[in-house]
Parts: sequence; structure tokens; C-alpha cells
Amino acid sequence: MSIKDKAASGSERLQGRIRIPTPLRYLINSCLIAGLWFALSGMAAGGIINNYWKGILITVGINIILATSLNISVGYLGQLPLGHAGFMAVGAYASAIYMKSTPAAALIKAGDRGAVLPYLITAVLISAAVAGLFGLLIGIPALRLKGDYLAIITLGFGEIIRVTITNIDSVLGFKFTYGAAGLARIPKFTTLGNCFALVVISLTLIHMLMKSRFGRAILAVRDNEIAAESVGVDTTYYKTLAFVFSAMLAGVAGCLYAGYLGSLYPSTFKFMKSIEILVMVVLGGMGSMLGSVVSATVLTVLPEMLRAFSDYRMVAYSLLLVVMMIFRPTGLMGSYDFSMSRLLEKLLNAVFRRGAAADGEAYTEEGGR
Amino acid sequence: MNLSTLLAQIINGLQTGSIYALVALGYSMVYGIILLLNFAHGDIIMVGAYVVYYSITRFAFHPLLAVLLAVAASVALGVTVEKVAYTPLRSAPRLSLLITAIGVSFLLENGAQMIFGADTKSMDPIVPGSVAIGSVTISYAAIITIAVSVISMFILTRLVNSTKMGKAMRAVSEDMGAAQLMGISLNKTISFTFAVGSALAGIGSVLYLCAYPQASPTMGSMLGIKAFIAAVLGGIGSIPGAMLGGFIIGLLESLISAVHLSMWKDAVVFVVLIVVLLLKPTGILGHKVQEKV
Repeated sequence: MSIKDKAASGSERLQGRIRIPTPLRYLINSCLIAGLWFALSGMAAGGIINNYWKGILITVGINIILATSLNISVGYLGQLPLGHAGFMAVGAYASAIYMKSTPAAALIKAGDRGAVLPYLITAVLISAAVAGLFGLLIGIPALRLKGDYLAIITLGFGEIIRVTITNIDSVLGFKFTYGAAGLARIPKFTTLGNCFALVVISLTLIHMLMKSRFGRAILAVRDNEIAAESVGVDTTYYKTLAFVFSAMLAGVAGCLYAGYLGSLYPSTFKFMKSIEILVMVVLGGMGSMLGSVVSATVLTVLPEMLRAFSDYRMVAYSLLLVVMMIFRPTGLMGSYDFSMSRLLEKLLNAVFRRGAAADGEAYTEEGGR
Repeated sequence: MNLSTLLAQIINGLQTGSIYALVALGYSMVYGIILLLNFAHGDIIMVGAYVVYYSITRFAFHPLLAVLLAVAASVALGVTVEKVAYTPLRSAPRLSLLITAIGVSFLLENGAQMIFGADTKSMDPIVPGSVAIGSVTISYAAIITIAVSVISMFILTRLVNSTKMGKAMRAVSEDMGAAQLMGISLNKTISFTFAVGSALAGIGSVLYLCAYPQASPTMGSMLGIKAFIAAVLGGIGSIPGAMLGGFIIGLLESLISAVHLSMWKDAVVFVVLIVVLLLKPTGILGHKVQEKV
């Protein structure tokens, strides 16, 4: 039931409440993003963020895209795919092979970043398309199965992708992925700027998807598949849609990763990588975009700060998974998502003392989930 | 490829296959009873292998004592994991339980890496020597492996089919609530299932060391996943199915190696899994369970 229906059906308490209209909400969000970007680029230009930190920030961005995209499958769709690293690998190799065939490397060397942009956009689109295609190929059979079978079958596909990348050259007869030796000398096209832009675009797309009727259908499938099916939701379609979308964004993250490191090895994309991404999602809270963003940031920056304890990192991750599941299975944030507009509304209403009694009910209705 | 190479590969396949079968039984029993894909099962084998390695190389124990120690350690570990990590989550959503299992698996792997080091520890073959029959050489290790696993499976079948505890296990896997109403202790039965599964994993770890005399922290994960595939292939929850699946996967792998495609081995096994799940999700010997609303 939408807010309008609810108000019309005679809930008088809602009448006096101040509401921020939707266009204004988008404006507020755009302003926040622009502000964040100016702060970041200002700090980068002023030398507060040195190259070391720039690298960490790019990794944070890549991990945010990975975590939020996995969150679509785990949090919103309620499935547990364990092959996310496979999609990332596909996206990374697709964009790397494409970029190596373009004159991008020479342009970057010449400092002509503007001329690289068309190639960059093409590379992002290619990796999203290829990863999405693989997602479709895997999703159609995998999503017919449930729970553990889906987990193990996606794990299997992740491994198949990795084994194929390692061994495909000997089948093709020419150098394509360069196998275990690694694909090197990829143009380093990832910058803080385009990484930031892609993070913003990805998050916006996820937000828009989840607020649309598609998103509501996906949530319905998660909450009760049989009930959703019986009210006419085409569950297979929406499951596949969410899964493919999740794979596409993982491909985009892979593209950024390839352009950041400049070389790719199949061993990077082992099962372990998928688990690392899963830890981010679980820690932040399955179904919370803010949770994924925060935990991706923390779990990227913290290991950098604690280099001395790097041996214990994976032990800590796995312990974290178990402890979280036993004591706080909803994650740190649960399914809470931050909304600046909602905060402002609350503030305005509190200041003008209007509609205060309706707070609880009205806000959960507005909360989107 | 001549006949004797083929025969040798088949014996090889049966040897690996019987290890897979033993491990698959553990998966299958646990899955049958609490519908949990126990990811940590493979890593219990890894711990068992380290126990054998250290008791033979460091403490120079008799191999049979090492076997007993490995089985005891596996059982203790399996039951502890069940009590600490899985019991609190018995009524939680399946997703949480699965994530916990993955967490436990990685905890064991990385814990082992911290304690024992990331390197592969090699040892002398536990059972050296071989016997020649015609032109085919069969190692004693292979004979022992196949014999031990067939005997274990026989004992397990008897245990499940003709003892009181076995009856309780079957009842719990059929309907947990009804079994509880009939006075069956859920905790005891589930722990017993984990204990039996882990004991089989302990035996499996010794047999694995007979076949490949080396231990590493990550040896359990791939072995575990392949054993799970074997369990799915044979029909999860079914004991003869797990054996059949194990032998099929083992034979398939050695035949792939025989035609010099061993680097595609893992991929092929997963392809088999996918094909099975698509064509007959219940496996070869499994039976269909109707989902209730």
C-alpha cells in the first residue's frame, strides 16, 4: 500500500506531517554525493591523500561494488551464491583483454586521460555484459535449485571459470588469458575519479532497482517464495533478474580491479575471494546497502592499518562469520538503511512538532523495506 | 592405452573412490538428519591427517595407534563443532546455518595454517610395497583402502538398519518433531550422527595419507567438496548412494587423468554435478521429498 492510499484511507494523523517531495530527495542525495566528491578530490589535490591512500580508496570502492552486488543475491533475494569471484574474474579478464587491444596504454602514458574515457566506458560495458551473460548462463540452471544446492552449484561454476581461465590457452592454441602465468601489462585505467563515479552509479542502480516494482517482487520472493508465486510473481524471472544484475556489477568491479592492478592471475579469484566478499555482506547485515558499504570499507582499511596481524586476518574473518551467525545473525546494521531525507523529515517534524504521534508507523511505511 | 594401464587406472580410481565414498557418507548422514551441508566435514579430514602425520613422524607411534588417535580426534572435533556452532542455530534459517558451516570450515583451515604452517608436510608411505597380478601392479595401500572402506560401509549399514540408535537416526531424519514426540533425544541422536560421520572422516584421512602421503591445511576443502558431489550424485541421505557416487567420481577422475586431461579434472567433476542436479536432482538412488507449504 502506498503512502497516498494510506493517507486517503483516512489516517488523519499523517495529514499534518511534513514530507520532502521526491525530486527534492534526489537533489539532497546528489548534493551529498557532490560534497563527498569535492572533499575527496580536494584532499587528493591538496596532497592529504597520497598515492598509498589513493590505492586503498580504490580498493575500498571495488570492494563496495562487490559487497553491494553480492548483497542483491544474499540480502534481497535470499540465496547464497558462492561464485561471486568467478563473475569478477570474467569481468576483469574481459575488460583487460579489450583494453590491451586499444591504444589506451599509450594515451595514459601521454597523460591524455580524456581520450581514454570512451575506451573506459566500453570496457565497463563489456565486462558488465560478459559477466551478465555468464550470470544468465549460470543462473538459469542454478536458480531452479534451492539453498545448499544453489551454493554448491555456484561454487562449482566459480571453480570451472577459474580452471578454464587457467587452461584455456592450451585448448585455443594461442595466448588469450596467459593461464597461470598471469595477464600482465594491462593499461592502468582505474583512477580515484572513475572508481568513485562507478561506485555511485552502481549504488544508484541498486537503489533504483530495489525501490521499483522489480525490487518489491525480489523481496517477495525472498520472504516467501510459494506465497509470491501464488499471487502471480514470476519467481524464476525475478530470481534470474536479480542474479544477473548482481553478476553484472561484480563484472564492473572486476573491470576496475584489472585497471587498478595492471595484471591478473587466476589464483586471485579462488573460492577464498568469494568468501571474503560474503563476510563483508554478512558483517554489514544481509539486506542493508549501508551495511555492505560500511563493512566493505572497514574490512578493507582495517587490514591495511593492521599489517602486523595479517597472518590472523583469515582466522579472524572466519571466526567473525561463526560468531555473527550465532549471536547477531542480522549483521551489524540488520536491514536498516540510511536515508538523509528521512533524517531531515524527522528533524523538521520534531522542530515543528507535527505528526509526531504517527512517527513509528509512518516511517516504517516509508522505509522502503 | 593398453589394457594393463587401464586396469591400473581403474584400481587407482577405486582407491580414490572409496576415500570419497567414506567422506561422502559423513556428508550424506548429516545432511539427511539436519539438512545442513557441513562444509567443515572436509576439514575434519585435514585435522585427522595432521594427527596421523605427527603421531607417526614426530612421536614414532605404531600406525594402528595413529589411526585410533586420528579417529578419536576427528570424533571429538566433529562433535565439538556440532555443539558449539550448529546446535545454537538449529531453529535459525538455513542460510545462517550454511554460512556458519562455511565459517567453521575456514576457521579450521586457517587455524591449521597458523598452527602447522602453510607448507605441505610429506611423510614416508605408511603402507609400502605392492603385489603384481599378471601385468598389473596393485599397491598394498590400494587393497587396504578398498577393503577398509567396504568393511566400514558394511558396519555403518548394520548400524543404521539394525540398532536402536540407527532407528532413532532414521526417525529424526524422517520427521524431527514427530521423533521428539516419540521420546527420541534429538541432541543425542544428532551428536551421534556427527560422531559417526566424523569417525568415517577420520578413517578417510588415514586412507588418504596411504594414497597420498602428505598433509596440508587446504587438502580438506577440495576433497570435501568432491565427496559432497559424490553424495549428491548417489542421492543425498542414502548410504549405498554415497558409496556408488564416491566410486563413480573416483573412477571418472582417474580416467580423465589417464587421457592426460588432469588439469581439467576439477572442472569436469563440477560439470557432472551440474548435469546431475539438472537432470535428476535427487541423485541416482535418492527419493523425492515433497516440500510442504
